Amino acid sequence: MNALPWTIYVSFLGALLVACLPARNVYAIRLAALFAGVIGLVLGLYAAVNFEAGAGVVTLIKHEWVPAFGAEYHLAADGISVVMVLLTGIAAVTGILFSWNVTHRLKEFFAFFLLLIGAVYGVFLSFDLFLFFVFYELAIVPKYFLVAIWGGQNREYAAMKLVLYSFIGSALVLVGIVATLVVSGGQSASLVTLGQFQFAESFQYWAFPLMFVGFAILAGLWPFHTWAPTGHVAAPTAASMLLAGVIMKLGAYGALRAGVCLFPEGLIAWQNVIGWLAVIGIVYGASVALVQKDFKFVIGYSSVSHMGLVILGLVSMNIVGLSGAILQMFSHGIIAGLLFGVVGRMVYERTHTRDLNALKVMNLGKVMPFAAVTFVLASLASMGLPGFSGFIAEFSVLIGAWALDPTKAVVAGIGIVIGVAFTLRALQTAFFSDTTAKDIQPHEPFEPITLPERVGAVILLATTLIVGLYPKLLLDFIQPALESPLFDALRKGGLE
Amino acid sequence: MIPVNYGQLVLALIPELLLVAAALAVLGADLMVLREQSKRVRFGFAAGFTGFACLAAIFWMTSSTEPATYLGGSFIVSELTQWVKTGLLLLTALTVILFVDGEFTEHVGECVALILMSTVGMMLLVSAGDLLLLFVALELTSLSLYSLVAFDKRSREATHAALQYFLFGGMAAAFMLFGFSLLYGLTGSTLIADIGKGLADKTGDPVLLVAMVMVMAGLGFKVAAVPFHLWAPAVYRGAPGPAAALIASGSKLASFVVLARLMFAGFSGAEGDAAWRSYTVGWMPLLAGVAAFSMVLGNLAALAQSSLRRLLAFSAVAHAGYMLLGVLAVKETGLQAVVYYAFTYGLATIGAFGVAVFVERKRGGDSLTDLAGMAKQSPLLAVCLMVFVLSLAGIPPLAGFVGKFHVFYSAAALKSPGLGLLWLVVLSIATSAISLYYYLQVLKQAWVAKENETAVNLKPGVATLAVLCVLAVLTVILGCAPGLILETLTEALKHSW
Repeated sequence: MNALPWTIYVSFLGALLVACLPARNVYAIRLAALFAGVIGLVLGLYAAVNFEAGAGVVTLIKHEWVPAFGAEYHLAADGISVVMVLLTGIAAVTGILFSWNVTHRLKEFFAFFLLLIGAVYGVFLSFDLFLFFVFYELAIVPKYFLVAIWGGQNREYAAMKLVLYSFIGSALVLVGIVATLVVSGGQSASLVTLGQFQFAESFQYWAFPLMFVGFAILAGLWPFHTWAPTGHVAAPTAASMLLAGVIMKLGAYGALRAGVCLFPEGLIAWQNVIGWLAVIGIVYGASVALVQKDFKFVIGYSSVSHMGLVILGLVSMNIVGLSGAILQMFSHGIIAGLLFGVVGRMVYERTHTRDLNALKVMNLGKVMPFAAVTFVLASLASMGLPGFSGFIAEFSVLIGAWALDPTKAVVAGIGIVIGVAFTLRALQTAFFSDTTAKDIQPHEPFEPITLPERVGAVILLATTLIVGLYPKLLLDFIQPALESPLFDALRKGGLE
Repeated sequence: MIPVNYGQLVLALIPELLLVAAALAVLGADLMVLREQSKRVRFGFAAGFTGFACLAAIFWMTSSTEPATYLGGSFIVSELTQWVKTGLLLLTALTVILFVDGEFTEHVGECVALILMSTVGMMLLVSAGDLLLLFVALELTSLSLYSLVAFDKRSREATHAALQYFLFGGMAAAFMLFGFSLLYGLTGSTLIADIGKGLADKTGDPVLLVAMVMVMAGLGFKVAAVPFHLWAPAVYRGAPGPAAALIASGSKLASFVVLARLMFAGFSGAEGDAAWRSYTVGWMPLLAGVAAFSMVLGNLAALAQSSLRRLLAFSAVAHAGYMLLGVLAVKETGLQAVVYYAFTYGLATIGAFGVAVFVERKRGGDSLTDLAGMAKQSPLLAVCLMVFVLSLAGIPPLAGFVGKFHVFYSAAALKSPGLGLLWLVVLSIATSAISLYYYLQVLKQAWVAKENETAVNLKPGVATLAVLCVLAVLTVILGCAPGLILETLTEALKHSW
């Protein structure tokens, strides 16, 4: 358990090590990066196995940092953080596997990648508002370089947009944090202590939207979602996997910890507005995905739709909705990683096109059976079919939303149905197009799917299946965490 | 008439005297002994000697200083002044060593001597408890810096910059002197502490307001706050490296400390109120207004710059705005925040100037596109530039972030629990979000842009790279462990300052 902070340090040390290795030693660099990623995942698994779910918040390290405003170097974990750390570990390892073929400025690629991973681990383990923000901001910069240097077309525009949206979000959050610390007396920035503090209702009324929306921009809250599709599409595969898989979760996680948990009365005041924004996001994202011609944009908009469910769950004010939201964070992280892996790496790197109409005539279902099967399974998971992790997560969110407001649940349900439609459309057009033999364009045979790609895909598929078939595995972490003192204020505010 | 114990005074002034002696020694050695040597040797000797003198002065201050005031309060020695002086000496030493291989002049001795004299001026400024001493110290700093800016006689740009700096500086000094004379007229004393007491019953006196504005004009010029910033772009762009770096770092640190003292101790009781919808006339709304305009104008103007040095100039204007926020909040933890901010800002800005000057020397220009290919040709240099620029942008875990957060927090907490100054904090956070755009433009050129095949390779010498690395490492360490500075400052501020 106490080894959990090492997930952060190992990633940073890995970044340093990769940066120091000689550039021509390609395999050493890849292996070093993979090694750092695997250690992070193993540490996460080890902690999960030894985690006593009933323990609430387990402090890992607590050290005085900036006493002037009560900031401490306070790393801790509860069930939710453990789940998110696991997600990060899996995303890191598979991301590295899916970037095995990167050759352009390889050292810098993995150095920025590991820096980003370390910062993400840091966010999920910080239980001090200031420290939380430090790691959260630290994640912004590597993101920029990953997209701007290794991205596809439009990369510089997409990278700048991504970073400016993130930074505007953090500006809102920063105002919220400064105000929160001042109002609470500046004695402690600990999330646990702040959670016990009784903030005045008038303060909560404007502090909540600052914090929640500031973070939720990164979670793709409509109408601040536009960075997400362009960013996901322009990013290199590993970065798309991280952006959709983990970075968007940073936003949702921040909105939960610093918005929902601290300002329940603000949440109640804004519940309806944000709930509707989330529902609009679900339907809008799915509808836009339905008409995309670019394969990657389909997945990009589907992320907006799926993250809408997370936000809807977060504002539902009941245990089922909240745990569904957290489960959906995990589930979407895995599934989006898988989808981007197939589309960005397996298909695009070989066909050099993401245009669905062009893919239609390539007969990919026959020439890339592994990619096709993976994508079928990933699509089923993404549609929320029972047996995959998406089902239980989306189902719980809908139950939670129903308790809040049946209309929202119904509209969100429609969004999920549209989700089935766009997934099937993309799947059918790209892989199983009903084209006669003469339509099929002759092309060079594609290079076979490599071993790292297979391993990465299998890890992700296995995870979503295991969680789908036995969701208790994660719910046993999540539900006790919702009983912890962090949620005291929320319970007092009427959490059901 | 207070009896003067000259022995004690000399002891208290030993750090300053050491630097004066070093200046004379460097000048003498260069003129008499090293005439025939190559410029490399002459600069090497001068830089080494400067570093040694600075270290000796720091050592003296840390080992044997008792807080005291001399000449009835005209010369203040406290833990805070000693700390700030240590910071100034470090910044000066790093500046001299960083620019040691400068090609802008043949007159090595004079150049280094002037740098040292301006540092002496800054140190005296920090200790000044009397308007006269304050003015003399300010002029010593300014005059040395004027001539340093003009040191590259062959450059039209430098000459132009120096003339502009001098004219603006002269005007600002005149305004300030006028303000001082009004203060003397109002209170009959030139001691800052006495002025504070004398003004206690004169709040709202129009003459006091005039004096306040005049003093603000003088110091606003030094820190390049709007609307006294007009000299900054030309000087930052045209001045030789060390002069620009010194103006941007040490001179700012000293000016902010003395500004805080003047406002807090001198104009105590005339604070007024800058809180939202409860304005009352005084120095707080004055400072708040200047800060707000500096942040907005500095950041917006920086967006349009294509020259790295001019970009740094406007970013300096913006940073002056942020630091003024800390001065506003001296009653809270603001002073520690400002000193920490100004010092770490100095480190980052010297570093950024180091890179800009180096690129300019190699490629003949300092436009952003001249940075292209840096990450490939010298990764370490590019990493250093990234650290400096991101620290200026306020990205954690670098020192610039902690400084900004601390300043914002202090300002917001000033009227707590009312959050009266939150409007200013919101404004600064918003402008600081804008600033990321232009800082990223710099990094984009250095890291992302394709290199120009014909451009000169950007491989720095070992000495330059070493100093830049020291600066970058300091920026990272002070950001991760701000307690190293903040704790000593908190201790120092518990006693008088």
